[in-house]
Amino acid sequence: MADAAPIVQTLDLTKSFGMVTAADRINVQIQGGELVGIVGANGSGKTTFINIITGYLKPDRGRVLLMGKDRTGSPPRAIVKLGIARSFQIPQLYTSLSVLENLLLSLAARAGEATTFWRPLYRSSWMEDGLQTLERFGMKAYAHRPVNELPEGGRKLLDIALSFALKPQLLLLDEPTSGVSIEDKFQVMDTLMKVVEETRLTTVFVEHDMEVVQRYGRRVLAFDNGRVIADGTPEAVLADPEVRKAVLGRV
Amino acid sequence: MNIRLLTIIVMDGTIFAAVLFLLSVGLTLIFGVLRILNVSHGGIYAFGAYMATFLTIKILGVGANPYLSYLMLLAGAIIIGMICGPIIERVFLRRIYGSDQHIQLLLTFSIFLILDDLMKVIWGTKPLFVSEPYTLLGQFSIGGILYSWYQVALIGVSIVFGAALVWMVNGTRFGKIVISVINDREMSQAIGINVNRIFTISFTLGALCAALGGALIAPTIAVVPGFAVDATVLAFAVIAIGGMGSLEGAALGSLIVGLLRALAVHLLPEADLVVVYLAMILVLVVRPEGLFGEAQLRRI
Amino acid sequence: MEQSRRIPVGPILSAVALLAVPLVLPDWMKFIVTLALSKFLAVLAVALFLRAGMVTFGHAMFYAVGAYVVGFSNKLFAYHGILVLLVIGALVGAGVAALIGLIMARYREVFFAMLNLAFSMMLYGAFLKLYWVTGGTDGLGTGLPTFLGYTPARDNLRDVQYYATLVVAGLVIYGVYRFLASPLGYYLKARADNEIRIEYSGESVQRVIYATYVLSGALAAMGGVLAAFTVGHIVPEYAFWIQSGDFVFVAILGGFESVAGPLVGAIAFEFIRTYASKYFPNEWQMVLGIIMLVIILFRPGGIWAIYESLVAKVRRPKGEVAHG
Repeated sequence: MADAAPIVQTLDLTKSFGMVTAADRINVQIQGGELVGIVGANGSGKTTFINIITGYLKPDRGRVLLMGKDRTGSPPRAIVKLGIARSFQIPQLYTSLSVLENLLLSLAARAGEATTFWRPLYRSSWMEDGLQTLERFGMKAYAHRPVNELPEGGRKLLDIALSFALKPQLLLLDEPTSGVSIEDKFQVMDTLMKVVEETRLTTVFVEHDMEVVQRYGRRVLAFDNGRVIADGTPEAVLADPEVRKAVLGRV
Repeated sequence: MNIRLLTIIVMDGTIFAAVLFLLSVGLTLIFGVLRILNVSHGGIYAFGAYMATFLTIKILGVGANPYLSYLMLLAGAIIIGMICGPIIERVFLRRIYGSDQHIQLLLTFSIFLILDDLMKVIWGTKPLFVSEPYTLLGQFSIGGILYSWYQVALIGVSIVFGAALVWMVNGTRFGKIVISVINDREMSQAIGINVNRIFTISFTLGALCAALGGALIAPTIAVVPGFAVDATVLAFAVIAIGGMGSLEGAALGSLIVGLLRALAVHLLPEADLVVVYLAMILVLVVRPEGLFGEAQLRRI
Repeated sequence: MEQSRRIPVGPILSAVALLAVPLVLPDWMKFIVTLALSKFLAVLAVALFLRAGMVTFGHAMFYAVGAYVVGFSNKLFAYHGILVLLVIGALVGAGVAALIGLIMARYREVFFAMLNLAFSMMLYGAFLKLYWVTGGTDGLGTGLPTFLGYTPARDNLRDVQYYATLVVAGLVIYGVYRFLASPLGYYLKARADNEIRIEYSGESVQRVIYATYVLSGALAAMGGVLAAFTVGHIVPEYAFWIQSGDFVFVAILGGFESVAGPLVGAIAFEFIRTYASKYFPNEWQMVLGIIMLVIILFRPGGIWAIYESLVAKVRRPKGEVAHG
């Protein structure tokens, strides 16, 4: 499998916002089957990186290759269709619908049926799939409840589940534990990682909590001022004094 | 097309634009500050026309100096502006500031319906007509076409008014406060600005502009029920073209709509409505924020 | 929406009541209900967008398109087949919406409302000024409708017209129920919540809006066809912005979250308008405006929401509170 094109490859990715350089010639490759953690202080460019890869932002210079093909500048929906899904720091949910309905809409989107207006949304194949996914993420009990009845960690998990339901080749998670209480942090990650392991889904997660990255990542990228300053195993990267200084502010 | 026709078109267009400006500058101000499209704006305009005409008829009826009629026009506008403005804003608008778009549009639409009938209830359905303010100033001719000095005065008042508004927004402390509220409501509140009061004042100012527009156009027409209806939509077109929330936009939009309409009326009368809305569509398609509007962040 | 296994008492009673109308009500009331049922289609079209959190202040243009299809059919071909004209009207409405929708689907909020308004006023201007084609302010007559070749006797015309309208409304209600249960129906609601999530599911919000726009154009046009035959006469005001405002008004009055809301609202509106304009010709708009203000400020869910909360209060002792 060494000849297979990496799922994501960025070439000299560069992006500035006024005076701030959010991405500075980033060259990264992510292969299938990897489990990558991205660390960095706030403003180091982690989320910008995700935003560019998923088409939300256009880079000033550089290219994004997905599965070997140049997809720089494609809009998010095209990139999602190619198999790259993402979750958000602030959960993006359909708040007036139920938990299951949120899932069903993801499944409908995956089937390209958003504009189907005659057949129902509630159909057995999708319901089975949707309830199964909810069970995996530990939310089956909330299936018919409105979204705002979910606890905070639950909303995060739902956001992730919605992206997962698209059966992507690569799942990008933007700070999956931010906004979640300390007790729930590891529960969220345990649930999530169990699903990832079971499905062997290529996953990249952005975190500023080093402990989470250490525990769950198999490879770590460290960002600082828009550049990747370290790339390797969690132990190696997190022991690196330069990384510790950049991310934690101390050695 | 010869010079004579061109002159007529330009003159007609500018006169029309002057009135349009007074009507729309209030609408754009209200949208700029409160971010609400005031569907009742045309109603306030018509109300101003009615009140101004009514007061003028009354004062002429008691045999007063006809020049006092101008004072009456002004009085009519001020009365209506100062009544409608605070009442509409404080009693109704204030309750729905956080609400959805459709609620806000419907609310001001309902107020429009109420105002429209209120005028019928107060003054009946027969046209009100007072021409003295118009004829008093006399006429002049350009190349054989007769124009009235009143029409010139109208243009003058619009320009002065517009300039005053621009000066007020850019040059006074009040103007700076208003700009601050427009740019960041929460921040303004945090630094101690009484945002509610600014809203009331801005809305009232907008209402005054509309009422003044109506008052000034009244001597040139017969004031009848229903003339609010056309005015309302024209005002929308003007601010959509010029940029919603922009004073300069209201001026440019008024000129464009005024001249287009004059062009159509003289060259292709069947198209006089179509041409205005066509322009509105063209502008909205090419530049949705209007010619002077601020580009809104497009997400995705 | 969960499936309910309660006996739908409300809908059954309403259906019975509507079927009994021609037997029970006097002629002029039949006319009101027929017209209300026709306009109900256009109100539904508007309600779909309200569901998506968007206001259209120009759907009267499709309503007018449907009406003028009938008018031109009468003027040019002396053809009055209501069924065929419904189909043609729907197609023309959908066609116009398909064209305009290409632009409209890119806009939201105030701009969406204003662009709709602009297009509808352009159409109004065209209908008004091109008098040698459209009859201008005099408008066009529609002729008497024929139903699949059958020309009813003058005495029966009102009743036949009513039942035909009822049947069409019934079919539309069925269609809209399916629509609301479909992915597109849910995506409309979803758009009001979160456009980003839609795009990041790989779907295009523009496509969702466009598809809805085309369907709503067909729907409103069908309403126009029916209304034209009911009234017997068509004028440019069918496209006027006040007519669009009325549709939005009724959608809010009745409550736009359901299918029943627009129906109830349309009937209530026509009755209020007829009564009020008869007894208070100079004040009925004010009455409407005041009713509207009260609803907006105190009960934004409209008549239907009031009804539902009453039903819930009645049902609560048995523990059967519905979740919408």
